Amino acid sequence: MIDFLDAIRFDMIWNYKELFIRGLWITLSLTAVGYVGGIILGLFLGIGKLSKIKWIYYPAKYYVDFFRGTPLLVQILLIHLAVIPSIFGHSLGYFVSGATALMLNCAAYNAEIIRAGIQSIEKGQMEAARSLGMPQGEAMRFIILPQAFRRMIPPLGNELIALLKDSSLVTVIAANDLLYAGKVVAGAYARFWEPYITVAILYLLLTWVFTKVIAYVEKRYSNSYIPSQRRRLFSFGRASAGG
Amino acid sequence: MIKIQGLHKSFGKLEVLRGINCNISEKEVVCVIGPSGSGKSTFLRCINLLEEVTAGSIYIDGVKINSKDTDINEIRKEVGMVFQQFNLFPHMNVLENITIAPKRIRKMHEIEANDLAYQLLEKVGLRDKASAYPEQLSGGQMQRVAIARAMAMRPKVMLFDEPTSALDPEMVKEVLDVMKQLAKDGMTMVVVTHEMGFAREMGDRVLFMDEGIIMEEGTPSEVFGQPKSTRTQDFLSKVL
Repeated sequence: MIDFLDAIRFDMIWNYKELFIRGLWITLSLTAVGYVGGIILGLFLGIGKLSKIKWIYYPAKYYVDFFRGTPLLVQILLIHLAVIPSIFGHSLGYFVSGATALMLNCAAYNAEIIRAGIQSIEKGQMEAARSLGMPQGEAMRFIILPQAFRRMIPPLGNELIALLKDSSLVTVIAANDLLYAGKVVAGAYARFWEPYITVAILYLLLTWVFTKVIAYVEKRYSNSYIPSQRRRLFSFGRASAGG
Repeated sequence: MIKIQGLHKSFGKLEVLRGINCNISEKEVVCVIGPSGSGKSTFLRCINLLEEVTAGSIYIDGVKINSKDTDINEIRKEVGMVFQQFNLFPHMNVLENITIAPKRIRKMHEIEANDLAYQLLEKVGLRDKASAYPEQLSGGQMQRVAIARAMAMRPKVMLFDEPTSALDPEMVKEVLDVMKQLAKDGMTMVVVTHEMGFAREMGDRVLFMDEGIIMEEGTPSEVFGQPKSTRTQDFLSKVL
């Protein structure tokens, strides 16, 4: 055991620190673009799945069925190697392909969360809005969605963490994300403990921060509609002063 | 002002309204009474097309509202509605609840909308609650805000769907008082209610509904004093 600990060489990670920092940056960027795009697209799909109009409902339904029913890894390869080259004639780089695949995939899951969130709002809210003369779209935007989004915070938070981890799949198209940094170090030194444990810890660190942020957002918006005073985001175990 | 001819409404195979004919004139207060399941609420909800009409026609100021050419949002601007469950918007404070429709739909300026809201809050006795959120209000207060919210669109007619049925008994009066004031101000009102006292006192006309039709109608003294049909007599003997 002592031998093993002595043998750990984190200096090799240090030598490649720029690669890891760049990897963190790429992973975060892919997650951010995929998530924001996934929420916007998911919103349209979720509302589409609630539509009574067939040519809106069915495309939304089949979209969700496809992207939830096939592996993300397959989607990434398909988009990078087949869809984008066919449309543009050449690759647009790993970032465009990766972000697109993550966004399209995330949107499918978000669509279901958003649909369920909208459906959970009492029917009377829509009726009250419509009875005041609001068109469907306005009622959705000003009355239903602000309430529904609060209920969507916990599941959408789960999606964010899942997406962060799933973004590691883009290494298959040679994206230099966080996992890729680990692979490079592993390849250069033919050692596996140090690079992959470093990658794992860095992912864990990211998900820990995300969990904190989600918990904060949830606390701030879930309980009551009465605006409360701001609480500190990171209290690190100390009881927050005042309230 | 409102003319309803041969109104039918079915939910699947269930026929809820089976041919309603009714005229409501300006400034009239019409109270609709009857046992539960008689179609009272459905009848009311058809008047602003919250329920799709199966057959028959509804005219408001001569415009047929259940026609494909009619913009339903234009009709609803003129028809206010108050619900049993209040249906205030919980994410907005009282002032925002009242002003959102005038601002968004009537394109009213913020200052003007707020002035209007304060006037209406004054009327329902809740001026000091303008910045409160619905969850901070009692049921009676919520319903009064809901009335103010509907009034803010300056509707030609107000529909009340059992406005006091979800209230604790001690709060019924404050809501009924607001409604009485509205009636005195000359608002055209259609009120579905179990409050026979209100119907008797404020109603210009009382409709007794049962099994999807208007069984009997007349002034309160006619319907409550000398009910003609046995169904009406039976119903009144149970509730009075």
